[in-house]
Amino acid sequence: MECSFGLTGKDYVLLCSDMSAGRSIIRMKSDENKIKTLGPHLAMAYGGEPGDTNNFAEYVERNMRLYHIRNHYPLLPEPASAWIRRTLAESIRSRHPYSVNLLLAGYDTTTTKPHLYWIDYLGTKAVVPYAAHGMGVYVSLSTMDKWWFNDMNKREGVEVLKKCVDEVKKRITINFNFNCILIDKDGIHHINIESEDPISEYEAAQPKDTVVEAPNPPLDVGVTA
Amino acid sequence: MSRSYDRALTVFSPDGHLFQVEYALEAVRRGTCAVGVRGSSCVVLGVEKKSTLQLQDPRTVRKVAMLDDHVCVAFAGLTADGRILIDKARVECQSHRLTVEDPVSIEYITKHIAGIQQKYTQSGGVRPFGISTLVVGFDPNDTIPRLYQTEPSGIYSAWKACAIGRASKTVREFLEKNYTEELSRDEAIKLTVKSLLEVVQTGAKNIEISVMERYGVISNLEQSEIEKIVATIESEKEAEAEKKRARIAATQAGQASMAMGSQAVSGTQTPSAGGAGGAGGEEGHATVPGEETGAQ
Repeated sequence: MECSFGLTGKDYVLLCSDMSAGRSIIRMKSDENKIKTLGPHLAMAYGGEPGDTNNFAEYVERNMRLYHIRNHYPLLPEPASAWIRRTLAESIRSRHPYSVNLLLAGYDTTTTKPHLYWIDYLGTKAVVPYAAHGMGVYVSLSTMDKWWFNDMNKREGVEVLKKCVDEVKKRITINFNFNCILIDKDGIHHINIESEDPISEYEAAQPKDTVVEAPNPPLDVGVTA
Repeated sequence: MSRSYDRALTVFSPDGHLFQVEYALEAVRRGTCAVGVRGSSCVVLGVEKKSTLQLQDPRTVRKVAMLDDHVCVAFAGLTADGRILIDKARVECQSHRLTVEDPVSIEYITKHIAGIQQKYTQSGGVRPFGISTLVVGFDPNDTIPRLYQTEPSGIYSAWKACAIGRASKTVREFLEKNYTEELSRDEAIKLTVKSLLEVVQTGAKNIEISVMERYGVISNLEQSEIEKIVATIESEKEAEAEKKRARIAATQAGQASMAMGSQAVSGTQTPSAGGAGGAGGEEGHATVPGEETGAQ
């Protein structure tokens, strides 16, 4: 009973996930954050077996942070996706596999390109311009097929995302709350997808209000030359 | 004989010494110096930086490392050993966050580092780490600066100000003489630089300073800033020496006039008074050590 989608634009990537937590037909929570910040320009929306999801997300988070501290630079989206995929691929061949599906979104600061990866619990990875997991697949993929185009600006991207959310609300009997982020060169920002004009709202807000708490930027301690 | 490879190198000598651990301490004593000073609301790490070779990239030579957002470590001794120990500590920092969802406290990670070092004094087929470390930082949700030291034997202890590595005894004595409670940021930095200057003859270009001001806020001083501090320290020292010189010259002149006074009063008065500023100063400088030891 979950639903997440993401799409890339010209110089940003959007990630959106529902906020429900529960078992079978029962919802126990409707404000669960299922998007994990993995670095200054990297985040993932995850779903799957409850328990596995949190556990795996935290495991990934800590490993990304360890890489960052060891190397003074965060892992870029491409290698991060490869590491996550491999972890899941090893997991499914183990005695206790994780059953987690996720969308990994990142912004490559070296090439200034947005990245979106569709990864599932079997260890499949696909590089995609737009993607969905969970219930949303049935309705939002067609929506994105129709409305998504190359190099969309932020406003256009959010419009497509809104169409997806509307479609989910219209077609799927379950009522979802949505949590949405935007990653661009400045980092990760919250977007209020429910509002009339989320982009104006986010641009009007002070930068510090929208920026998601992310691990520190590279610490170059020990270098003064 | 085939079993000897996994035997511990660190076995007791008949008089109760662990020689390998003592040799490790010797390796620390030969490493470059590192100083830590705790201020009232900040903690300063200063290290002696070996000058890099002409064609070497200085950014790749590190003696200060972050373990986590809020923990910083400097070491003295074998750099290669330091790298391994730092990596183990970094993994522990993240592992701690993963298991208890809290950042490590400074004492916890110090204890962990010291624990690893101890393990290597009691296991088979290994040698002890040839490094001492200074661990600094702030505990989560706390404003008290922390400074810990660890040794190859696995001892760890908390300090107000501490030095490890080359000439650490001299520096520690200097710190003992000059440390005061409640140092401000600038005072703590100055004390660190001053104490490092005791062993670093080459001045600012071989000194590196990192300051942690509160949880997760750490900065490196620019080379120019360190140079400025070194310059003020030097000018202060110069002024101090000048004062001393003047005082000695004065006492010398006094003594000379007293000695001469009994023999010929009018003759000596003129040269001693005239020479106090110029030639007398130089003369006084040359005779300073003799004068002083004589007086004591």
